[in-house]
Amino acid sequence: MKETIIDEKNLRDDERAILALRSIYKRYGYLPYRMSKFEEYELYIRNKDFLVSDRVITFNDTTGKLMALKPDVTLSIIKNGDDITGYKQKVYYSENVYRVSDSTGRFKEIMQTGLECIGDINLYDIYEVIALAAQSLNVISDSFIIEISNLDILSKLIKSCNDDESFFEKAISFISEKNSHDLKRLCEEYKVDAKNCATLQMLVKTYGERSKVLETLESCCADDDLKKMRELSVMLDNSPFSDKIRFDFSVVSNINYYNGFMFKGFIDGISDRILAGGQYDKMMTKLERSSKAIGFALYLDLLEQLPAKRNEYDVDVLLVYDGKTDMSLLIKKVDEIISSKRSVTTQQMIPSNLRFREMIDLREDR
Amino acid sequence: MLNIALPKGRLGDNVYSKLRASGLECPDVDDNNRKLIFESSDKTVRFFWVKPSDVSIYVERGAADIGVVGKDILVEYEPNVYEILDLGIGKCRMVVAGPKDFYDNGDRTLRVATKFSSIASNYYTSIGRDIDIIKLNGSIEIAPILGLSDVIVDIVETGTTLRENNLEIKTVIMPISARLIANKTSFKFKDDEINKIMNKIKGQINND
Repeated sequence: MKETIIDEKNLRDDERAILALRSIYKRYGYLPYRMSKFEEYELYIRNKDFLVSDRVITFNDTTGKLMALKPDVTLSIIKNGDDITGYKQKVYYSENVYRVSDSTGRFKEIMQTGLECIGDINLYDIYEVIALAAQSLNVISDSFIIEISNLDILSKLIKSCNDDESFFEKAISFISEKNSHDLKRLCEEYKVDAKNCATLQMLVKTYGERSKVLETLESCCADDDLKKMRELSVMLDNSPFSDKIRFDFSVVSNINYYNGFMFKGFIDGISDRILAGGQYDKMMTKLERSSKAIGFALYLDLLEQLPAKRNEYDVDVLLVYDGKTDMSLLIKKVDEIISSKRSVTTQQMIPSNLRFREMIDLREDR
Repeated sequence: MLNIALPKGRLGDNVYSKLRASGLECPDVDDNNRKLIFESSDKTVRFFWVKPSDVSIYVERGAADIGVVGKDILVEYEPNVYEILDLGIGKCRMVVAGPKDFYDNGDRTLRVATKFSSIASNYYTSIGRDIDIIKLNGSIEIAPILGLSDVIVDIVETGTTLRENNLEIKTVIMPISARLIANKTSFKFKDDEINKIMNKIKGQINND
């Protein structure tokens, strides 16, 4: 295909973001991942807790097999990869997925962009993925924040208070809500000793600047547990967005699938997290893969919440003609306008709802 | 500027009076006018009063940075917000209530009238009881009297309405009180302002 000139003005916010993100991911050696829109339904029903919603659009294909329109991209990437010692599969994608919208309760097509790094993951890879998440948000706005938590530390601390499964579920839910008052009541109900209860409450109240969070955690966490967080924090000091990357234990996910570092990205003006990611080694094990994995997804449909740039006009020139107009004159006029880098629409009447900067009327009787 | 959604009614007025006492007064509020949004004199906060069940929607969607809402609404709708403070006011209970002579012997599906269908269904699922939910929007107490339902699941503060209608509490499902909630994104970008307001409300509650 010939190189075409892309007028950035004509791109929507999400289209502009996708173009910029692709070039960032490519620079770091991430390859594009293309996939079919359909996947066997069985894949989702076996792993439904991994999905944002377990409701999926299904249909029977020509062989009678029950298929689904993809509600998620990550599962397909995991399913189709190989485990090779020392190798890391680094891919990015931007695909439409089909999910139930929280607000309407109906299915919605959502553009999802993200990347996955699967293989012998080490702390550098975790750093790289989080740094790329920060670069991705910076494409959209300067005013962003990434919050990182560590599920391993969180799980260990909760389980040391009480091993009961229902205690764990409730405690993690209160931590994610920053709800220290109900967390305290829960500890009382389960007779957790005062020191452990205070530690859990401290996890809710400790968030923000990485060094401060680490300092506070030192009083309650084993040094070994904190080592990785400390090392990651030092690596993140190298990122130009270091001050926008914080620690916050309210970032949690299903511990049956996720482990280690989890993170979420927020942009000022967008009410929900626009980026979510983390390590999902447990999901890999469930799908019989030996590799480790980390990745994130960006929900670009949320960009619609940012204030829209409104164009004053739909078109620069409205060119009105009728049956008597000389066609060569019409063609000449159109060419003139286009070559002066303006847009033009030719009409045989003046459309009532069209906003135009200028009108040229070629009708003979005018 | 911080946007604060307050529930229309006694609870919202109570929280506003606490904030006014801590210096966040809006001169227009007490005037008899039709304004819906009020700014404090120091221009640091903006209050608006909405239907109690809508507060969490305003906060979840970021139209309000923080809001005051009953725990009943939070449990029923599970909005994606932070629940940052138990205000300890507006205390009441979510209960199962029914006619004094009603006894559930479990031999047929229990008919439950309620505004809180999610709370009712979660409660009965937890005790393994099969129920038929009748979703109503008000005057729930009439349902068992007219034979529309066997019991109701509703909020009870003093129990006067129940007593006057010959109903009694059968089970307490959970205690309820007002909570301060915050939009998750606002909490990242306006954490100082939100913490200041939270401390002001805390201070006033402790003074009471």
